[in-house]
Amino acid sequence: MKETAGREPQDTLPCVAVRDLVRTYRTGRGGAAIAEIRANDGISLTVRQGEIFGLLGPNGAGKSTLVRQLTGLLRPDSGSVELLGHDIVRHPERAARLLGYLGQDSTALDDLTVVMAAETTGRLRGLTRAQARGRAAEVLTELGLEPIAQRPLAKLSGGQRRLACFAATLVGERPLLVLDEPTTGMDPVARRAVWSAVDRRRAEHGTTVLLVTHNVIEAETVLDRVAVVDEGRVIACDTPGGLKALVDGDVRLDLVWRDEAPLGVPAVAELAERAERTGRRWTVRTTPEQARELVAAVTTGPAFAALDDFTLATPSLEDAYLKLGGRHGGLAK
Amino acid sequence: MTLLSVSPRTDRSTAGAAPLAPAARLLPALAAVYRAQLARAKVARIPLLFVATFQSIGILVMMRGVVDAGQTSAARSVVAGSSVLVVAFVALNLLAQYFGKLRATGGLDHYATLPVPAASVVLGAAAAYASFTLPGTVVTAVVGAVMFGLPLGQLWVLLAVVPLAGAALSGLGAACGLLAPRQEIATMLGQLGMSAALLLGVLPVDRLPQPVLWLRDLLPSTYGVEAFARTFAPSPDWGMVLVDLGVCAGVGVVSLALATWAYRRAVSR
Repeated sequence: MKETAGREPQDTLPCVAVRDLVRTYRTGRGGAAIAEIRANDGISLTVRQGEIFGLLGPNGAGKSTLVRQLTGLLRPDSGSVELLGHDIVRHPERAARLLGYLGQDSTALDDLTVVMAAETTGRLRGLTRAQARGRAAEVLTELGLEPIAQRPLAKLSGGQRRLACFAATLVGERPLLVLDEPTTGMDPVARRAVWSAVDRRRAEHGTTVLLVTHNVIEAETVLDRVAVVDEGRVIACDTPGGLKALVDGDVRLDLVWRDEAPLGVPAVAELAERAERTGRRWTVRTTPEQARELVAAVTTGPAFAALDDFTLATPSLEDAYLKLGGRHGGLAK
Repeated sequence: MTLLSVSPRTDRSTAGAAPLAPAARLLPALAAVYRAQLARAKVARIPLLFVATFQSIGILVMMRGVVDAGQTSAARSVVAGSSVLVVAFVALNLLAQYFGKLRATGGLDHYATLPVPAASVVLGAAAAYASFTLPGTVVTAVVGAVMFGLPLGQLWVLLAVVPLAGAALSGLGAACGLLAPRQEIATMLGQLGMSAALLLGVLPVDRLPQPVLWLRDLLPSTYGVEAFARTFAPSPDWGMVLVDLGVCAGVGVVSLALATWAYRRAVSR
């Protein structure tokens, strides 16, 4: 799979350049059988400066392992990682001076107030006390966190806490932001605050964003390009539109039955063999013509009586993922 | 082939590489961690500090039943031991738990992805934990001195005992938390360390068997207890007080260095 598909040749220094990255874990201990798991199995990708680049894949696909190597937290078994021209495998300590990282855990900040978390993180990013205070105040205003600035993170809801951690990530400007599922648990207002803060930094400073997500809807709307990771490999890398073009022409038909599916109807019996069935919901990906015939068949007679709901939709990134051979039955878990 | 393809790329890229943001320097970063940890205390640690103080006062009351008031070595070591126990509870036990939790949950990644020297994180946290034991230690010492009829005039020595015993114990606590392979083991090590400080520090020395006394000599809190106990004497041997405090300081340097090494090890897995 060509990772540069659909892009013009690059002329500037890439922000992130990863080549043939391999990282293996051992599982089992003591007398138990020791198995080697290749969390990253030869990953290569390039993120250009100013891009919002996504890593999409199910849990356990190897996204977090990849991110930990990019941020200098984990050393690869083999392969290279360059951030803005710096060799991070050889100099992992440089990563902290090039990127702002939002991890999944907030334990280090939990007992601090929102303003203290932001200020301290700024101080630890090398800002003076006055700078840290000023930048923290600006970021809290920008994200609408002022009303809860004096509350400890541990007392906030999951989404608010996530937003406070995101605020801390932004204090102390960095050319690259690595955000591991930044909007988990957030309400739409907070999500919007996150994406407008990201957009503003890209517009004003050319900030590059590497986003880890398994939220397909978010990936479709905010990303310039996306790498689909599955079982430690990049199985596709393109624009969301480019990936969806893989399933171009197909549509997705979802049928939800009230109770038992009316298998007496020939069209339904035929569908039963190829639909993906989760409880009362059947999903089938097919051509628009066939979908039209199916809709006609299920919206009349006994089938319609048994039908609770149906939707006909254009393909999503998730459909592209399944088409690519993703083996985990979908992304959103 | 690998060598040939790797080295030219590295050279070229270093030449055109983007500038690095400045790293945080040791002292400002240490100050920032210290300040944040003290602020944490307001939220999370004050109840525990009460527990630590009441625990020590409870032990004083209990020991008052078997040890007579007045100028005896037993009375002096009970008061000194109970006071230093507050330091052991917070600096050793709670700090071991804190770092154990940070390590287990991935919270260390937060610090590891910031350009801070390892020593500033460890020393800042250790200093904060040691300093918020001071009020509890003073309260315990005053209550103990009154209860056992010992002089209150030399309590200022706590200003040296708390930071030095605090350095030694918090270094050990941080090292336990950072080296323990699992969070529960970190908690257990912290609890064990505190139990040792309790039993070996509070029980009067003249009744302990020899092997236990050797164990007692290995525990850094012992020297804090001895230094403090000596100052209750009618004419304290200040030379020995200084020697004891010197041992605390020495163990403090070693244990904090160990904790810093343990931190580096924990963040570069």
